[in-house]
Amino acid sequence: MPSFSHFFNILIETKGVFFKAMLITLELTVVSILLGIVIGLVFALFKISNIKILQYISNIYVYLVRGTPLIVQIFILYFGISGIFLLPDFWAASLALALHNGAYISEILRGAIQSVDKGQFEAGRSLGMTKTLTLRRIILPQAFRLALPPLGNQFIISLKDSSLAAFISMNELFNVATTLGSNNFDEMTYLLIVAVYYLLLVALMTFVVNRIELKLAVSDR
Amino acid sequence: MIQINQLNKSFGDLHVLKGIDMTVYESDVVCLIGSSGSGKSTLLRCLNFLERKDNGHIIIEGNEVNPKTDDLNKIREKVGMVFQNFNLFPHKTVLENIIEAPIMVKGVDKEKAIIKAKELLEKVGLEDKADVYPSKLSGGQKQRVAIARALAMEPDIMLFDEPTSALDPELVGEVLTTMKDLAEEGMTMVVVTHEMGFAREVADWIVYMHDGKIVERGTPEQFFDHPKEERTREFLMATMLK
Repeated sequence: MPSFSHFFNILIETKGVFFKAMLITLELTVVSILLGIVIGLVFALFKISNIKILQYISNIYVYLVRGTPLIVQIFILYFGISGIFLLPDFWAASLALALHNGAYISEILRGAIQSVDKGQFEAGRSLGMTKTLTLRRIILPQAFRLALPPLGNQFIISLKDSSLAAFISMNELFNVATTLGSNNFDEMTYLLIVAVYYLLLVALMTFVVNRIELKLAVSDR
Repeated sequence: MIQINQLNKSFGDLHVLKGIDMTVYESDVVCLIGSSGSGKSTLLRCLNFLERKDNGHIIIEGNEVNPKTDDLNKIREKVGMVFQNFNLFPHKTVLENIIEAPIMVKGVDKEKAIIKAKELLEKVGLEDKADVYPSKLSGGQKQRVAIARALAMEPDIMLFDEPTSALDPELVGEVLTTMKDLAEEGMTMVVVTHEMGFAREVADWIVYMHDGKIVERGTPEQFFDHPKEERTREFLMATMLK
C-alpha cells in the first residue's frame, strides 16, 4: 500500500499526462452525448409515431444496444468498420459510445415526451398548429426540461463508459493509468490517481447539469 | 353556420353520442348543459375535431367536412377552444402564449402579433401581465389569458369546455364577465357549463343532454321556466336544490 506522500508526488508529477488524457475523456464523453441525444431523439420520435415500421426499427435498435455489452459494441464497430475503411480511433469510439447512449436516451426522451400533459398537445392543435409544429414548439421544450435529471445521469454514465475506449488504444484516462501503472510496477497508485480525476469530472458535470436545471426552471412549472 | 346531423361517437363499447342533431347560427350563444357522462364535452370536442366522429355529418359554413381528406388544421384556425384546465404553455410568457399561433400558423409579422396580443390582454383586463409566466397567475387570470390566446387567431366560433369548473368560486365571475362581453360583441359561442346563472343570462339557446342524447332545447325562458320533458324537469329540480 503506497504512502500518502508517494501518492501525492506522483499525482503532481503526472498532472501533464493525465490532463491531456482527461481532455480526451471529456471530448469522447461530450461528443458521444451530443450525438447520442440526436440519435435518441430520432428513435424516440420513431417510437411515438403511428407508423408501425418505424416503431419496429426503434424497438430493434434499443434491444440490440441494451442487450449487448458496450465493450462488444466498441470492438465490433472498431474492427468491423476498419475492415471497410479507415476510421480514426476517436470517431470509432465516439460513434460506438453515441450509438450506445442513443438507445438509453431514446427511452428517456420517449418517457419525457409522453409525460407532458396531453392538454398541451390539444391546446396546440386547437390553435390550428400541426402535429409537428406542436411537437417542436410546445411538447419537446417541455419534454427536455423533464428529461434533464435522467439525461444528466446518462451523461455521467457516459463519462465512465468512455474508459472502455482504452481497449481500442485511445489515450483516455483509464488507458494512461493502466499503462503508466504497469510501466512503473505501481498499478495501485495510478488507479487511485485516475479515480480522483474521474471524481473531479463527475463533480464538474453534476454542477453543470444542476445549473442548467436551475436556469430552465425560471418559468417554474 | 355549424350543422350537425345524426352524429354518433363511441369510445370502445361506450356509446357516448347517439344521433345528435344540432345547428348553431352565427352570433348564437349555445349552452350545453347536462350531468357528467351526458356527452356534452365529447360533442363540443367533435366540433373542432379533437374527437373523431364515428358517423354522422358535420357541416361548417355550408360545406360538409370530411376528416379524412380535409385539412383539419385549417378548420381549427377558425374554431377557438378554451379548456377547463387552461392548458397555457408553461415555458412561455403570457405574451408569448398569445402570439405563438398567429406567428407560427398564420405567419403574422411578430410586431403586428404583439400589438394585437396587447389589445387582447387589455380586453380581458390583464395588460400588466404580458411578461409574466403562467405559473404566477391565478386560475381566473390563466383562463382569461387562455381566452385571449384563442381570440388571437380571430376565430369565427369559440368553444368553451367547462371554462369555470376548475376555478375557485371567487374567480369564476371575472371569467364569466369576459365571456359575456364576448357574447355581446356577437361572437358565436358554444359553451359546456354548469353555471346556470350564466346560461340563463347570456345564452340564446340552452341544449340539455342526457345519456348521449339531446333531451330538450329552447331559449332560456322556455327551458328554465317552461321545460317540456320530464327528464329536464328532474334535472332542473336537482340543480336548483343546491
